This record gives sequence, structure tokens and C-alpha cells, in this order.
Amino acid sequence: MNILVESFGWLNDQVLKMNWLSDLIRLLVEKGFGLETTERIGASVHFYLYDTIKIFILLSVLIFAISYIQSFFPPERTRQILGHMTGLRANILGALLGTITPFCSCSSIPLFIGFTSAGLPIGVTFSFLISSPLVDLASVLLLASIFNWKIAIAYVVVGLILAVIGGSIISKLKLEKYVESYVYQIKGAGEGLEMPEQSTRERLRFAREQVLSIIRKVWLYILIGVGIGAAIHGWIPENLISAVLGQQNAFSVLIATLAGAPMYADIFGTLPIAEALVAKGVGIGTVLAFMMSVTALSLPSMILLKKVVKTRLLVIFASIVLVGILIIGYVFNALSYLLV
Amino acid sequence: MEIKVVGSGCANCKNLLKKTQDAVAELRIDAQIIYVTDMQDIIATGILQTPGLMINGKIKSTGRVPSVKEIIELIKGA
Repeated sequence: MNILVESFGWLNDQVLKMNWLSDLIRLLVEKGFGLETTERIGASVHFYLYDTIKIFILLSVLIFAISYIQSFFPPERTRQILGHMTGLRANILGALLGTITPFCSCSSIPLFIGFTSAGLPIGVTFSFLISSPLVDLASVLLLASIFNWKIAIAYVVVGLILAVIGGSIISKLKLEKYVESYVYQIKGAGEGLEMPEQSTRERLRFAREQVLSIIRKVWLYILIGVGIGAAIHGWIPENLISAVLGQQNAFSVLIATLAGAPMYADIFGTLPIAEALVAKGVGIGTVLAFMMSVTALSLPSMILLKKVVKTRLLVIFASIVLVGILIIGYVFNALSYLLV
Repeated sequence: MEIKVVGSGCANCKNLLKKTQDAVAELRIDAQIIYVTDMQDIIATGILQTPGLMINGKIKSTGRVPSVKEIIELIKGA
């Protein structure tokens, strides 16, 4: 039993956390660049190189594996599955399918119209729209790599709960009338739609294409994110950070959430920032609130959604997500002794 | 033969249109390529992830840009 635990720990450290890479980069920084990793500049260079390479390696491997799984669940199929469901079960399934259905915010409009015109309740569509950017399989493994498994699993669970509750509230409030009326005039071909069957080779090719297209899309965010992370890590005084975002500041979660909302970044870009903040003693709830706010409340996707729903529904949606994130942040801070 | 390229004008959609035209040119067949860009018409096809490729009313690919070679295979198989 002990051997099992130890070997899992070793695998976790070497494969997921990539301690070997950290050691390798330390060697490079110290011997190659002649910098001390115990000093500021050396530590920043080490953080930057190690984090960038680690995130790119993890990202490529994870996107490949996950895209392969996702190729079995195109949104067209998701819509067919959800079409036969009602009530809370539909919201839960919508949130779950959101985690595995490939979806980028650029297709949120056809998706929204496609779901709604097929007769899906908008609450179910919103459950899907909340969970899709918030919780995906890749982010879970990255969280486990950067923090630990408890935090990763807790993140998924609360993310899904937020999606289910948010969608259910929107269902209960009967907000269908705040969807732009033209959406209902479009008749979708949702039922009986035949999707092409894919061979394993095609799925593998799809996975490879996804890796390339996602990396092409997010590499800059990652470099910027790691840069900010490195700056926080080595150059911004700890007492300044803890004064603004520390546990003793009652508004820390609120500040982190509001700061994250206008930002548009992939969850991968926010991870290095989160990592550096946690290292500086910022509460885990505050950090998770920041990450959720960046991914779920992004301004560009709000602007897109504005094309299909009226302002009132958009404001309700944003408020529900905002309040949910705040609650999650404060609860996680209060329970953080269980997680770190 | 009727080929539809479905997409609201994103870079990938234009890319797919170009590749489809290349494939048709290479095969020297008499095919009509329709570029569907209107949102209502897109939704009516049932495709949720653009770009999509339809041949004779059947969905052949969605959410990705197949290569010219693949498109040729798809046309031959239709």
C-alpha cells in the first residue's frame, strides 16, 4: 500500500508537476546563465522558463487526449441528447456536457440559437454556457499540476454546481421573453440530423488539429500570463499583495472577481498568475474567484451574447454568475485549511 | 452535385471555401459550391460549429477545415 502511495506521489511530482523540468531549468539558469536561482533575477528567469515550458507541454498532451474524447460529443449530438430532457436533470446534464463538448466563445451565437430554436429551455442552454468555458477537462489536470488534486476536484464540483444553479434560476424566472424574438423564428434542423461517423484515424487527426489551433490561439495569453506571474512572484512586494488580496481584507474576493471580469483570457493564461498569487499567500478562494471570473465573465462573450438576448437577461445572467463566484470565493477561503 | 460551405465569414470558413474550390477544380467535376453565410440559413442546416461542409444535403464535416485531399475523398464518396 505504501509503495502504491509513494509511486503515485512520484508520478504526480514528475509527470504532472514536472519536477524534473524544474531541476533541469535550474541547472540551465545556474550553470548556463550564471544566475543564482535563490536570487531575484535568477528566480524570475527560472519561474518564467519552467512555467512556460510546463504549461505548453501539459497543454499539448491534454488537448490531444481530450479532443479525442470530445470528438465523440459534438454539440449537434449534445443538442439531441438534451432535447429529450426536462427540469433539473436537463440542467445537470447540460452542465456536464458543457465540460466535454468542444466549444469556443466564437461559436456561442450559433450554439445559443441552435439550442434555443430546437426547443431547449434557455436555462439548460445557460447551464451549458456557464460550465463550458469554466470547467473543462484540461483545466482540471492543470489545476492538479499547479496546486493539488483536492483543489482541482473542488474547482470542478463548485463550477458544475454554479452552472446547474445558475441555469435553474434562469429557468425558474421564465426569461424566455428576453431572448431576441428572431431567435424563435429560426427553425432549426435539430431532430433527425445525421452527423458523419468518424474513424479512429479521423478522430486522431481532429485531436492533432485541435492542439495546433488552440496553441496558436492561446500562446500569447500564456506568455503574458506567465510574465505577470513571474512579476508577482519576484517583484511585487508581498505586503502590497496581501493588503489588497490577503485574507484580512474582507473585500479581497470582490476585488479579484471584479478585476477578472473585463479580462479575456483562456484558463491556461490565468493559471500562472494564480500560482504566483497563492505562493504570495493569497487565499485559495480569492484566486479561484479570479480565475472563474476571467473565464466565465468575459466581456467579449457578453458582447456576442448581446446579439441574441436582451440586456435584461444578460444582466441577470452576469449577476447570477458574479454572485455565484463571490460565494464560491468566500466559502473556499473559509475552508481553505481543508484544501492546501 | 451541390456542395455547401457553411460559415459566418470567419477565417476558417474562408479557408474551407478556398479548399473546396481547389478540390472541385482538381476533380474537374460539375459541382455547384454555395457559400452559406446568413445566420438563419446556417442554423437551418443544423450545424452548430462552423465551418461546416455539406455535400448533396448531407453533413460531411463540422468545426474543422479538412485538407483538399480529404475534401476530394468526401466528394468522391458522396
